[in-house]
Amino acid sequence: MNPNLWLIPLLPLTGAAVNGFFGRRFSKKAVASVAVIFSGSAFVMALNVLTHFSSLTLPYVEPGISWIRSGDFHVNFAFYLDQLSLLMLMVVTGVGFLIHIYSVGYMWDDDGFYRFFSYLNLFMFFMLMLILANNYLVMFIGWEGVGLASYLLIGFYFLKDSAAAAGKKAFITNRIGDFGFLIALFLMIQHFKSLDFQKVAAGVAQLPAEVVGGAGVLTAIGILLMVGAAGKSAQLPLYVWLPDAMEGPTPVSALIHAATMVTAGVYMVSRSHVIFDKAPTALLVVAIVGTLTALFAATIGIAQTDIKKVLAYSTVSQLGYMFMACGVAAYSAGVFHLMTHAFFKGLLFLGSGSVIHALSGEQDMRKMGGLRRKIPWTFWTMFCGTVAIAGIPPFAGFWSKDEILWRAYSQGPSKIIWALGLLTAFITSFYMFRLLIMTFLGEYRGSLESGGHDAHGHDSGHGHGHGGIHESPALMLVPLVILAGLSLFGGAINAPRFLAPVFQVESGVPGAEAHALATEESGDKTTEHILQAVSVGVAVLGFFLAWLLYWKSPHLPAQIAESLGGLYRTVSNKYYVDEIYNWALIVPLLAMSRNWLWKGVDQGFIDTVINDSADATAEAGGVLRRMQSGNLRSYAAWLTAGGAVVLAYMVWLGVH
Amino acid sequence: MVPLSYYLILSAILFACGIIGFLMKRNIITIFMSIELMLNGVNLSFVAFASQWHALSGQIFVFFVMVVAAAESAVGLAIIIAVYRTRDTLNVDRVDLLKL
Repeated sequence: MNPNLWLIPLLPLTGAAVNGFFGRRFSKKAVASVAVIFSGSAFVMALNVLTHFSSLTLPYVEPGISWIRSGDFHVNFAFYLDQLSLLMLMVVTGVGFLIHIYSVGYMWDDDGFYRFFSYLNLFMFFMLMLILANNYLVMFIGWEGVGLASYLLIGFYFLKDSAAAAGKKAFITNRIGDFGFLIALFLMIQHFKSLDFQKVAAGVAQLPAEVVGGAGVLTAIGILLMVGAAGKSAQLPLYVWLPDAMEGPTPVSALIHAATMVTAGVYMVSRSHVIFDKAPTALLVVAIVGTLTALFAATIGIAQTDIKKVLAYSTVSQLGYMFMACGVAAYSAGVFHLMTHAFFKGLLFLGSGSVIHALSGEQDMRKMGGLRRKIPWTFWTMFCGTVAIAGIPPFAGFWSKDEILWRAYSQGPSKIIWALGLLTAFITSFYMFRLLIMTFLGEYRGSLESGGHDAHGHDSGHGHGHGGIHESPALMLVPLVILAGLSLFGGAINAPRFLAPVFQVESGVPGAEAHALATEESGDKTTEHILQAVSVGVAVLGFFLAWLLYWKSPHLPAQIAESLGGLYRTVSNKYYVDEIYNWALIVPLLAMSRNWLWKGVDQGFIDTVINDSADATAEAGGVLRRMQSGNLRSYAAWLTAGGAVVLAYMVWLGVH
Repeated sequence: MVPLSYYLILSAILFACGIIGFLMKRNIITIFMSIELMLNGVNLSFVAFASQWHALSGQIFVFFVMVVAAAESAVGLAIIIAVYRTRDTLNVDRVDLLKL
């Protein structure tokens, strides 16, 4: 069976083109149908691939068309399918489809309706290119394309200064990461003469493994790839754009900045595992960056009051978790967490969107509370998401998080990684239950009149300031319920076992993955069970602490914040990282651009050269203009004189 | 047989007459005729050399010059008529602006 992989990205691209070019003249229903049908049919195609998956010889390569031919360097527009890309494909098309449906309800009252869906479909196209690519260059197209779509959607409300600035920030920060990725690609071309995944893997297999602390070419490629991943997946020190990206509409935050695009870095590192397997230094960098980001972002999450900002820092932290898994060579656990995270974090963001919708645009949790009875569907689905991210069994987050912690413990370079991961799990549980309690329990602290206004229920969209607190339309609730179901049962998908072939075959030597599976089979079950109990314990502890502080005695948090003073202010101001970056990088860069590049190089040098040469030309023209008197006989005289000179010269040549 | 030098001297005289007329005269038709005179001076030296060295290329060249000169005089006379109609003069010193 031919799975026709090329059709899958093409479908959303068609949707984007149709809506982008003609959407202005379409009715909203038509725009929504186009967007949903094209993203939905991509999902159906993906399901078709899934059902025929067992009959394919893996990895399946669809040859595609030749793109670049230069000497012995070839790049094809080809597609690649193995367990890893299939899993990503299902997540992206599935969650993407659900979020398209949700967006129809959420964005209904927005003027840029068709523009929004055009961008959203465009995003789907690039994301699918990224995960179905057969080589790093096609992957890079998708990589840059999702960055573009992300930029467009963060700055969707471009009339708002903060949204436009956030879009620029995301784009520029990503550019720093992309620079690393590009250099890594150049190194691959130099050493392996190809960018095909399989050929690079074969090339890597020829090279000897490098040692910790060694600085060979594989280590360089690995670290540079990680720089790229840190930009796209919002890791230290390039994570700053993701919290600001919450300026975009909430479905965008759910799809791009939680479920799919930001996980591209994890996918890319897993896809390049052959390189990391032989470059322990690079792997160590991944582990350290991931662990520190997980902990760092989680602590910031504690003190945020904007519901979407909490979720944004939580996303950064969970992405750190995934990199932590990759860093201990437990790629399958990282991708497993990527999948469950897409379910529950997509759910949480959509739920927060539903809350914001209900409150007509309010995002400050201090002005929420007691919403449980008013928007019960949103509450119960978000409850599922919160329990899942906290890591309480049998919800999905438990299985993947526990897998990561267990692998970090059993095969990590140091137990510190495991300990910090556990601490992060505790903090995660705390701030997520804090969010849930502050939003849904207790007394309502906002100013909107309560009671549903069913008459104009969802006609009054968010941000219009009229209409009371109301549950979202069914169009928004259905995706929430489906995602809640996935958050509940998604852990039953045994992704590590499913992915195992990807991470053993190519490296030749049975790597860490095989080793881990072996230990899992043979024994050490007791240790694993103890660790599971510990991680559930810290999750419950986090819940208990949140319950104590925000439900039992709500005056306590303020007192604690008071007594901590400077530390609390530092955390609630996100460790002043934005300020430090601004002061250390942006201000000097701007000063240099303004004083040196603009006034010095551009105005001082380039403009001077151009203006002076123009002036010189004008002056010379002024002198020569006198020759063009219009007097025919003077022209004739010049002609004759010229002829005489030529003749004299030739005579002179003949004489000599 | 007339020696070659005679032809060349006649040719040079014709050419010099042409140049002098070209530079001195103000009537555009006279200038035009002077140009024809120069061309014919050159033609004369071409055919003289051709008959001297028994080479055909000189003769052929003369035909080319004649054809081009015919075309040129057709265009030139048309321009002269146009100039006269718009400016009522054939004095080149008074025709020194493209603008009417």
